[in-house]
Amino acid sequence: MNYFELFSFLPEYDLDTALLAERYRDLQRAVHPDKFANASEQDKRIAVQRAAQVNDGYNTLKHPILRAEHILSLKGFDLSHESTTVKDTQFLMQQMEWRESLEDITDSDAPEEHIEQLHHSFSDYTAQIKSQMSKLIDSDSEQDLLNVADMIRKLKFMAKLQDELARAEDALF
Amino acid sequence: MAYSEKVIDHYENPRNVGSFDKNDSSVVTGMVGAPACGDVMKLQLKIDANGIIEDAKFKTYGCGSAIASSSLVTEWVKGKTIEEAQAIKNTDIAEELALPPVKIHCSILAEDAIKAALEDYKSKHDK
Repeated sequence: MNYFELFSFLPEYDLDTALLAERYRDLQRAVHPDKFANASEQDKRIAVQRAAQVNDGYNTLKHPILRAEHILSLKGFDLSHESTTVKDTQFLMQQMEWRESLEDITDSDAPEEHIEQLHHSFSDYTAQIKSQMSKLIDSDSEQDLLNVADMIRKLKFMAKLQDELARAEDALF
Repeated sequence: MAYSEKVIDHYENPRNVGSFDKNDSSVVTGMVGAPACGDVMKLQLKIDANGIIEDAKFKTYGCGSAIASSSLVTEWVKGKTIEEAQAIKNTDIAEELALPPVKIHCSILAEDAIKAALEDYKSKHDK
């Protein structure tokens, strides 16, 4: 299923999210069960399937990592079901340090500043990867796409860190 | 999801947590990570002049199964030769800990950590 086609977008990483939300509402309305109250069982079933696709498509396209993964899968690289091990030592050392720093929040004298600092580091790093990724993702060269796959994997680690940071923040207040 | 007793035991009483001195020339390090769940695992081995693994330590950020898998591995590799450690399979780890199918990737990560540490050993000794 090509979600970009479903939402009438070109399969590109940069995407107008306001327009996406607008098209989502239109598509939702078109397949709403109320419209099929008097339809045949088969048409009802198709409408329900279509509604599920519209929801999945919207959730995929609005989420930057899932959108990038979808683009790669359309180009023949399926990352969503992989169980690849990342072995980039330098990157993983940095991940380890950040995880340790997250643990230190509770014992910190100034936990709010500590959180603020980590927020900065995480968003800076994430923004860096995203900007590199957006330059390569619309390419068709296999090497570029393999690099993009690596960047998506890194973004997943960063998303995990940001989740953990949000959790540490919730635990404080 | 219920964890097996062995997983809980390793999770609550992890063996050999920590780090060795990075500057110790007999210490090698394997760093691995699983993007799907964001788990990060560090396995360090202290290998003597005869190629016997004297000691092992780990540090893992991840779920209970990932921690248990790496904790178990540190116990298993101690006293083994490099070849013996190389032969440890993720299926052995998964079986010992009775990991459910959705947690098999944790045992794969632990096997990959051993491999990564032994690659570090080779790169240091082939020079």
